Amino acid sequence: MPANPAKSSSKPGRAASSAATGSGRTVFINARLVDPASGRDELGGLLVEDGRIADLGSHLRRNAPDGAEVVDCRGCILAPGLIDAQVFVGEPGGEHRETLKTASHAAAAGGVTTMVVMPDTNPVIDQVALVDFIQRRARDNAIVHVATMAAMTRRLAGEEMTEIGLLKRAGAIAFSNGKSSVANTRVMRNVLNYAKDFGALIVHHTEDPYLSGSGVMNSGEWATRLGLTGVSKVAEAIVLERDVRLVEMTRSRYHAATLTCPESLDIVRSAKRRGLAVTCGVSINHLTLDEKDIGAYRTFFKVRPPLRSDEDRRAMVEAVAAGDIDVIVSSHDPQDTDVKRRPFAEAADGAVGLETLLAAGLRLVHSGEVTLMQLLRPMTINPARLLGLDTGELAKGKPADLVLFDPDEPWVVNKDLLRSRSKNTPFDDAKLQGRVLRTVVDGSIVYEYAGIERT
Amino acid sequence: MKAPAKKSTPRFAHRHLLSAEQLTAPDIEYLLDIADKIADANRAGRRKSDALAGRSLINLFFESSTRTQASFEMAAKRLGADVLNMSVATSSVNKGETLIDTAVTLNAMQPDIIVVRHHSAGAVALLSQKVDCSVVNAGDGAHQHPTQALLDALTIRRAKGRVGGLTVAICGDILHSRVARSNITLLNTLGANVRIIAPSTLLPAAADRLGAEVFTDMWEGISGADVVMMLRLQNERMEGSFVPTTREYFHFFGLDQEKLARAKPDALIMHPGPMNRGVEIASTVADHSRSVIREQVEMGVAVRMAVLEALAGNLPTT
Repeated sequence: MPANPAKSSSKPGRAASSAATGSGRTVFINARLVDPASGRDELGGLLVEDGRIADLGSHLRRNAPDGAEVVDCRGCILAPGLIDAQVFVGEPGGEHRETLKTASHAAAAGGVTTMVVMPDTNPVIDQVALVDFIQRRARDNAIVHVATMAAMTRRLAGEEMTEIGLLKRAGAIAFSNGKSSVANTRVMRNVLNYAKDFGALIVHHTEDPYLSGSGVMNSGEWATRLGLTGVSKVAEAIVLERDVRLVEMTRSRYHAATLTCPESLDIVRSAKRRGLAVTCGVSINHLTLDEKDIGAYRTFFKVRPPLRSDEDRRAMVEAVAAGDIDVIVSSHDPQDTDVKRRPFAEAADGAVGLETLLAAGLRLVHSGEVTLMQLLRPMTINPARLLGLDTGELAKGKPADLVLFDPDEPWVVNKDLLRSRSKNTPFDDAKLQGRVLRTVVDGSIVYEYAGIERT
Repeated sequence: MKAPAKKSTPRFAHRHLLSAEQLTAPDIEYLLDIADKIADANRAGRRKSDALAGRSLINLFFESSTRTQASFEMAAKRLGADVLNMSVATSSVNKGETLIDTAVTLNAMQPDIIVVRHHSAGAVALLSQKVDCSVVNAGDGAHQHPTQALLDALTIRRAKGRVGGLTVAICGDILHSRVARSNITLLNTLGANVRIIAPSTLLPAAADRLGAEVFTDMWEGISGADVVMMLRLQNERMEGSFVPTTREYFHFFGLDQEKLARAKPDALIMHPGPMNRGVEIASTVADHSRSVIREQVEMGVAVRMAVLEALAGNLPTT
């Protein structure tokens, strides 16, 4: 049995950015406890002992146990730390864009206590030694939990499967083909079939590479007006539908990484109705932005899959509210200005998102489109269960991975203040509402809002 | 059909041996009984007989096989037959002749028995319909290899005294294996409990419908087995298509001391050969005192002699 990777990173080397409270006892009083796993939403308190949640509930709202350090939450929300199930990091091979260390600081500032890093690195995470490398680097440099998603085909080339059994033993929590889809149906069948024997989850980017071709934004009126090549939603639906058929054939576990349109949701809903182990995710970008945001070729809005129409976006938000979408990810993808400041078609895909994930998501809560619980569930307990992580809920005995946030505090995003090494945020200058005040990993403070941002 | 007037009804009422499926339990026991005696005689140095004297046998191999071809040739020669070896390299198949034309041509030469191996499932049966002699299937694609199953059964019976009631775990590339298909059928006919163990990528569709219990976890599948039969993993299956690497395959599906310890303490270790040491079987296990891999080769000759003798008994007298 592989050791829980989320736990394995709680080792020395964690540099708490502020006064640590890791050892001993800390009690958060006067908090609004929001826990999607239990459905709890009440005023109360939470006691942390030796890095774990020792007690919680309304009886701790005002009563601090003796000897515990007291944190007065002033009615702000104390929730399980967020789990971001899709984070692209530049380590190894692209450290100029992002390292595990810088990404983890961005995560901490965004209330993310576990980030799942993707295998799209150079070299690709397709060997046991590289999984080990990520885990060691994370242990030594990252301030949040890091879990590794390994490649399901060598070099992500979509041809030969990787050592899924040995990689899982080494700690890989799931297997993905990164930003590309496996076009060869036979390979996909074999990977799903093989992964099943190890209970391994296959996470797949769903895009038919032949159909999407050289497309750079959503196919439709806006792409036509801008003179850009389109990527049709059908390219997503075709691969997803094919994959679901293969899951039905092989009875394996499958997660569609980031869907963007109601056509795809229909496929997932139907698969779930048939009792298949199919789940799906969406990126925060596709819940809060649409193709019109691209405006005059703004490349910070160039992401993969592309931003869709506002209609599609609204369908995705409704699906979050309905519980049809299992996971919300930031799809944090740092790109430097060299590859972003180019003509739209030639610019790199990707947007950073760790630091804005929660605040951007809260837009949907403030607009009344989803409830807080509906927003947090796909960012906490759902990914934890899907990926087998022992975190993501407020419960006795669980690791004290927590986020304390003020859901109403307004702020304006300034990309120069982002902790991420790359500044390609689509939310630059955006007015957001909702501030992370404190992030706690295994009982240690890894981020604390100073009131005034550093410059 | 009863033939009461004849002095002996043939005990083995088959003109061809094409598949383990055609054999009843008495058929199998009959062949194994003859083979058992032949094996003893072979060991005692009484290796020559004239059961097939004056008969001619053609070894027609469309797929190269040193071991099986040599085994049949040895068996036929010990029985006094004249043997002609035709391998694909020297046959007209390379010149574009169809299988049926080859069959008709060979038939015109009036052989008594043709032993055929072909890469296509069903090819041997097709050929058998076009000739007047007996045909023995020496392997057709991923379909059948009945003499392999017979020699395995004989090896087990001689070592364990019986086949019925034993638990036999067949592990490896079930998907592409005619050895597995033949053994599952034949061992079931003899009343053994058959298990198959493989990663899902090397299991055929509806594997659970073959009469064997299916396992994808070798530690589980091998538990309490009386016989562990390893299959060869072809090189071309290893590199990422059906299994990721030989390293991973050996880790999860290779027979090593640790996994073997889950089987019964007196479990037999078998392999149809040729072995890939370090891929499906560890050298220490292949050369283990409980390994009967060499006996399998020895029983191969005995079983093939028994099969040829039984078939010759039904041929028109010369």
